[in-house]
Amino acid sequence: MRFDRSLWVHVLVLLGVAAVAASAQAEPVAQRQRELVNMVRQDCGSCHGLTLKGGLGPALLPENLRDKPAESLVATVMTGRPGTAMPGWAPFMNESEAEWIVQRLMQGFPPVATHMELSK
Amino acid sequence: MTVRMLGASLLCLGLLVGCAQTPVLRGTGDMGVVIERATGSVQVVEHTGRTSLGSVTGLGDLSHAHVTYSRDARYAFVFGRDGGLTKVDLLTQRIVRRVIQAGNSIGGSVSQDGRLVVAQNYQPGGIKAFDAETLELVSEVPAEYAPGKFSKVVGLADVPGQKFAYALFEAGEIWVTDFSDPRHPQTTRFPAGKQPYDGLVTPDGRYFMAGLFGEDGIALLDLWHPEKGVRKILDGYGRGEEKLPVYKMPHLRGWAMAGGYAFLPAVGRHEVLVVDTNTWTEAARVPLKGQPVFVMARPDGRQVWVNFAFPDNGWVQVIDTPTRQVIKTLAPGKAVLHMEFTPRGEEVWVSARDDNRVTVFDTNSFEVRKILPATAPSGIFFSHRAARIGF
Repeated sequence: MRFDRSLWVHVLVLLGVAAVAASAQAEPVAQRQRELVNMVRQDCGSCHGLTLKGGLGPALLPENLRDKPAESLVATVMTGRPGTAMPGWAPFMNESEAEWIVQRLMQGFPPVATHMELSK
Repeated sequence: MTVRMLGASLLCLGLLVGCAQTPVLRGTGDMGVVIERATGSVQVVEHTGRTSLGSVTGLGDLSHAHVTYSRDARYAFVFGRDGGLTKVDLLTQRIVRRVIQAGNSIGGSVSQDGRLVVAQNYQPGGIKAFDAETLELVSEVPAEYAPGKFSKVVGLADVPGQKFAYALFEAGEIWVTDFSDPRHPQTTRFPAGKQPYDGLVTPDGRYFMAGLFGEDGIALLDLWHPEKGVRKILDGYGRGEEKLPVYKMPHLRGWAMAGGYAFLPAVGRHEVLVVDTNTWTEAARVPLKGQPVFVMARPDGRQVWVNFAFPDNGWVQVIDTPTRQVIKTLAPGKAVLHMEFTPRGEEVWVSARDDNRVTVFDTNSFEVRKILPATAPSGIFFSHRAARIGF
């Protein structure tokens, strides 16, 4: 098993961010974080693109999300947006995991390559 | 040295170089490519011996990719998400030409006469026609459906008469553009319905259909009678039923038509819809394990193979078309993204992204014939697409 250095950089950055975040919720553990990263890149990526630059769905890069309140983004992730193609992802994650995803999206989302490395 | 001698010398040199790259003369009819989405590469494969012949890298962002083939089936045109259009030589496994033609692209198709390759783009919304030989831009049709408003283009298909049919997601329209005069394309617009998400043309090139996400139904345009306009079929096929969430948009490109019936993915329902193509009305529904993504008929029409959206994307189900029953459920690996039949359908190649492999199944016995390693494989595209309308 070979660990990608960028993974550790991300983990450390994320831990640091988490430490200062005024969130009462617990962080997802490392293994779950990798699953969530993979889910966002691959499955959200079906519409938003693996690079999150957009597809049939809008781009999810930090500059696209900057002006949007985090809580409404979390609500969109959990329950979807009626009248659009955005489904709710509540069957696959809890609220604190959705918050974690939204925080990461607003900062610049971690790459999925780490998942590929780890799965070997 | 005479000019003739010089020419002969150059020819010899050319042949030598050619020989160095392609040690054995061969046709391309049993060749194809497998997209490796995470690494921006393709594997060049052949389905007679079921082997990988080599890899071509440097194709950009292939997280969503499409491939269409030159008329002679030697060159693959690879469309990447990042707007890259790359012409790959199957025989030498080299990039011949590459252009970045848009900011966000979804695919493309080759014209009836083989001279144009047309890309369909999300950003900037519209289509662009390139010279298939040189990839020089010939003309473009921006999808400006209202002043200053541009739509994403989906479902582009080449149709007879040097035309292309496609749908506009935001505009809710079907457009047909005639490239008979390649530098001065003529476009006809048709209202279609809410949020067309993909399109397809029947194998004879007569009917163009756009699946609608924003309403239950399919927009149907008879290209033999465009003056009649778009007709809505299967209107309200799920009326009164609560829609299930759709975690991946279905693709219509693997048109499935068998025995006078069309097999299409339902949207928001774990079903394949069976449509009588004489009356264009619903004939039956086949319940399945998940939201169908690709619904693809074996070339003889006896079977229809279906893969699914997340979270049911580890399964493939096979429908027997005369009885409309599921006769086989397979688990080819994690995140099954695509399937491609050999030209006469005795085998099918199935990609499993998260298991990094392509599995070749015998379609009669369902036995595994071969497993090929590939890095996060997605689309599989065989060269016989070169000879088909709508590809």
